[in-house]
Amino acid sequence: MIDDEFSSELMRKYSFLSKRVSVDWLTVECSPKNLVDLLQSLRDQEGFDILIDLTAVDHGEDCESRFSTVIHLYSLVHRGYIRVHSVCSDNDNPIMPSCAEIYPAANWHEREAYDMFGIKFTDHPNLKRILMWDDYPYFPLRKEFPLAGIDTPLPAADVAEVTDASVEPAPMMGGPFVSGASGPMSDSEPRAKDESWTEEMEKGS
Amino acid sequence: MTTTKEISIGDIASRGSEAVNKIQSDRMALNVGPSHPTTHGVLRLIMELNGDLIDKCEPVLGYLHRGDEKIAENMTYNQFIPYTDRLDYLAPLANNVAYALTVEKLANLEVPPRCQAIRVLISEMARISSHLLGMGVFGMDAGAWTPFMYTFTEREKLYTLFEELTGARFTTSFTRIGGVARDVPDGWLGRVENFVDDLPKAISEVEKLLTRNRIFLDRTEGIGEISKEDALAYGLTGPNLRASGVDLDLRKDNPYSGYEQYDFDVPIGTRGDCYDRYLVRIEEVLQSIRIIKQVIKNFPTGAWYAEDAKKIFAPPKEKILSSMEELIQNFMIVTEGPQIPSGEVYFEAENPKGALGFYIVSKGGGVPYRMKIRAPSFCNLSILEKLAPGHFLSDITVILGSLDFVMGECDR
Repeated sequence: MIDDEFSSELMRKYSFLSKRVSVDWLTVECSPKNLVDLLQSLRDQEGFDILIDLTAVDHGEDCESRFSTVIHLYSLVHRGYIRVHSVCSDNDNPIMPSCAEIYPAANWHEREAYDMFGIKFTDHPNLKRILMWDDYPYFPLRKEFPLAGIDTPLPAADVAEVTDASVEPAPMMGGPFVSGASGPMSDSEPRAKDESWTEEMEKGS
Repeated sequence: MTTTKEISIGDIASRGSEAVNKIQSDRMALNVGPSHPTTHGVLRLIMELNGDLIDKCEPVLGYLHRGDEKIAENMTYNQFIPYTDRLDYLAPLANNVAYALTVEKLANLEVPPRCQAIRVLISEMARISSHLLGMGVFGMDAGAWTPFMYTFTEREKLYTLFEELTGARFTTSFTRIGGVARDVPDGWLGRVENFVDDLPKAISEVEKLLTRNRIFLDRTEGIGEISKEDALAYGLTGPNLRASGVDLDLRKDNPYSGYEQYDFDVPIGTRGDCYDRYLVRIEEVLQSIRIIKQVIKNFPTGAWYAEDAKKIFAPPKEKILSSMEELIQNFMIVTEGPQIPSGEVYFEAENPKGALGFYIVSKGGGVPYRMKIRAPSFCNLSILEKLAPGHFLSDITVILGSLDFVMGECDR
């Protein structure tokens, strides 16, 4: 059980950590430079055997520190999770130390975070894209990337040459049933996304 | 007007083995997939062979990547439920439940006992359905066709039960945030009970064909052994982890949806080879039958959705059509989404393939700010790079079959 006693003991032991409010599991924030050491001792001394998940969050372009990574560890001893947040300091060139040495499970998760957000994990054994193809030019889960996608060359150049095709954005920009996290309610109506017709502009024949 | 044009593109198939040219010795590069029967979907493997032995195996993912996490950021919580069907599409009901539980955990919402019981019931039925396919296909990968026919017959019966409950055989979309889509139909529980009463007979037929079958044993015993340490290091979960001897079942460790009321055992393997993974799945099906019988025996009465969650769960249709307040409530939930407080939450449920987790960051309102789907198949497959080398090429089909992955959830 991960209780208050365990968490205050942990905070005392690792004084560089700061605790964060959380509705579910013990959540700590760790600076990137201490991250590898922290994970090493969490695994070897505190019994967090499994790296369940590693992911990143984009807090938005105008945010002071834009990217952060979130790691969830599970302990067979405590039968509970710990969540470790780390904030990338540089917004334009986000860097995070890799923990694939400590938890091999992190290897693919870090590749995915790089693929989707462009966070570079230093000392990663094989940092390349995992879900998108190798030459893909964008980072799709960044907030400025549109839902419909961006016109991109086909991964196979010889096919593109013959067919003249490219990876096109999805038709009807934004998709038919799309609700934004902000903005007026009318934006979430399907017709608001159909750019061929609005109140101001008549529907074409 | 549409015009058709005939085009010819060089040998596309050979593009897969571009790696061949990079190898300068007597090694051979072999490309398997992305479309190949043993890869159960669209997994691609680039292997380096030394004679018949695998020296290196590199999985290539992403052929079924649909950007579910991006899509989730752009729609309300309820609108995303159909997308969860398409994660592990062999157990859509279990995904629906895991997703609804995550959002409810963030909203700090407790659903009534009847709803919990329905959710446990459908999760276990989904587990049976997924394991039946897993076992059948595994037999087929090892060269045994017949067991697949037996297990598929049973799955077909399950699909008929799903259809009666949800209206769909495959893509069920059954849960809602704060409840389920509808109550169980009259007499349905009895039919589920009849099904689980008959199921052990079919399981024992499969067992007679496989469990002590000399050929099957030769092909699976001692093949693809995953040690306890490796299983933990690579983040395996579910039957694959338990087959390696780790006692981790989230239904026991962190009971959700009322699992603590039910009596069941967690089967654990000893060796962690392909055969153990098969045995663990067989036993899990039998344990799921036990749980289903207990749920049906003590099926709670009362509400099947959270009645007090006015900003989260849309009221029943007849109330919407007859009462002003419910009409407005329904309108707000449909247009703005269920109102979920800000914060972050991580929840994972013990799905047939392993721990399916959702990490949601909310800034309040009806749309998540960020949603990460922690797919068990993604993590289970990451061990392949370590596991495959040293095996014969013919073992790779058995190893892949025993890992029982689904690319829909791996690539998301």
